[in-house]
Amino acid sequence: MTTATAPAGYNFAYLDEGTKRMIRRAILKAIAIPGYQVPFGSREMPLAYGWGTGGMQVTAAVIGASDRLKVIDQGADDTTNAVSIRRFFARTAGVATTERTAEATIIQTRHRIPERPLREGQVLVYQVPMPEPLRFIEPRESETRKMHALVEYGAMHVRLYEDIAAHGRITTAYGYPVLVNGRYVMSPSPIPKFDNPKMDMMPALQLFGAGREKRIYAVPPYTPVRSLDFDDHPFAIERSDQPCALCGSTDTYLDEVVVDDQGGRVFVCSDSDHCGERQEAGRAAPARA
Amino acid sequence: MYVAVKGGERAIDASLEMLARERRGDTSVPELSIEQIEQQMSLAVDRVMAEGSLRDRKLAALAIKQARGDLVEAIFLLRAYRTTLPRFGFSEPVDTAAMQVSRRISAAFKDVPGGQLLGPTFDYTHRLLDFGLMTAAPRPGVSSAPMPGAAAGPEQPPMPHVSDILGHDGLIEAEPSHGAEPGDITRDPPSFPVDRSTRLQALSRGDEGFLLALGYSTQRGYGNNHPFAGEIRFGEVAIAFVPPELGFEVEIGDVELTECQMINQFRGRGDEPPRFTRGYGLVFGHGERKAMAMALVDRALRARELGEEPGSPAQDEEFVLSHADNVDASGFVQHLKLPHYVDFQAELLAVRDLREKAKVRGAGE
Repeated sequence: MTTATAPAGYNFAYLDEGTKRMIRRAILKAIAIPGYQVPFGSREMPLAYGWGTGGMQVTAAVIGASDRLKVIDQGADDTTNAVSIRRFFARTAGVATTERTAEATIIQTRHRIPERPLREGQVLVYQVPMPEPLRFIEPRESETRKMHALVEYGAMHVRLYEDIAAHGRITTAYGYPVLVNGRYVMSPSPIPKFDNPKMDMMPALQLFGAGREKRIYAVPPYTPVRSLDFDDHPFAIERSDQPCALCGSTDTYLDEVVVDDQGGRVFVCSDSDHCGERQEAGRAAPARA
Repeated sequence: MYVAVKGGERAIDASLEMLARERRGDTSVPELSIEQIEQQMSLAVDRVMAEGSLRDRKLAALAIKQARGDLVEAIFLLRAYRTTLPRFGFSEPVDTAAMQVSRRISAAFKDVPGGQLLGPTFDYTHRLLDFGLMTAAPRPGVSSAPMPGAAAGPEQPPMPHVSDILGHDGLIEAEPSHGAEPGDITRDPPSFPVDRSTRLQALSRGDEGFLLALGYSTQRGYGNNHPFAGEIRFGEVAIAFVPPELGFEVEIGDVELTECQMINQFRGRGDEPPRFTRGYGLVFGHGERKAMAMALVDRALRARELGEEPGSPAQDEEFVLSHADNVDASGFVQHLKLPHYVDFQAELLAVRDLREKAKVRGAGE
């Protein structure tokens, strides 16, 4: 945990209050229309576009002095970009930070949803590179906006069906499209599809910020989020057939770590906080089995 | 075991320290001053101001120094600073016809009212390395007196725009002022199709290299619009602002601008007679290559409006404007450096699974 004071010359959490108000309006609209991408006047941030500027603007707009912020990238708190973003808010907002999922009021994430179920009152802020789930089917924004407006999602289903026809399964492994509240097809950001079920009826508020593409969208608490599938090819998540080498977990998302050049691999939890908690618990109460 | 991603915090600190050392280089060589960059790297300063959308020579020079001469990085630094500044409003349209020019040429007419003024240009230098510059000795023939041109003052003859001269005869399309509030791409997300003010803003701060390549492509047949450099001028114009509490115009300063007006063929359609059409380029500072490329691309993007069949990249507004910004592009291309192992792991599992299935299918046949 670190605390700091905001540097002179900058407003609390970097953005000026007028900008924050503009972003909050976009967030409110996004919450009112779950899964709809709200255009907003995205600002340059002192981090490069593509490096979490959307998530940072959302976090800056919702964070207050009493918040406790956690930042993860690939599920871990100590990856360099997560460190950099956490430092940014410690420096510009002077807020408390934490690596504990349970203790955080705001969690900014890239590519993962924490393993520990989130609770009411928490806010999960996703960094989003490409907010448009239809982008690789139709490159034009003017067209995709129409497709959303008209619920014209046939092309997306055809694409998924073509996968099944060619490969026997849907090959999308991350950024797997979802249908929010039965209305908008939405990109969950590039999380592994393993995490998709966690979005459904989540008690926490989920906010998505895409800085470069200038879009904000949201999933309010307890909103149905369904991964697109077919009756005869239901959505299923991928699982590693090995346990975590550190905590022994068999129900978490694992990273594969190459340990030598002879094909040696170990698997460890991608969620570093969850894995650490399990290891601590394991030490406190030695394995019974 | 497994320490690959640990220690991010210490690694960042060490990296910042190395970066500072690299920036300074050999400490036995005197450090660059901001003034030196501002005075002697003035075209780099101009480019950083233009694409950073901020007219401040000192800060642009500082950004260049901090970025170790990486201009796209310097542009990013300036933009990230600019975004924290309040917006007071927008100025009155600048009158470039009243520009105090230090350079003004037309390729369409041999002579034009106000005359041709060559000014400082690389155009007629022979591109031979000048080994005399290897040392910092004073050079014969280079006066230390202030430069003429912009400072030449009110004696400058009137220099009406070449395109306006054509306009008197109705040979070129009129360009009516709409009087509407211009768009602001720094505040509003684009919604395609955009209006021309928004488009020109996006082009004006777009990446020079990108616009150069697109403009070039129109010359090679991908959306050709038969351009003539009607006029290129570079110099200082006054900026006037109407503070709402005063209600009248106040001059708040001068900026250096490069303006390019391209004259393009138009064969006419329906009951419209043939006439010339315009492509417009305007950038902060001295940036002729950029202003000319911008004018070519602006004209190419008017294809639909002028009833031409758009089919080339330079004529595709959404394509051009969505990819012209180098701060956007640089960030997103380089974000591939960030860890993606969660996604890659998901792909690994998927590919292994597919290969397994393929093997089973192969065995079954």
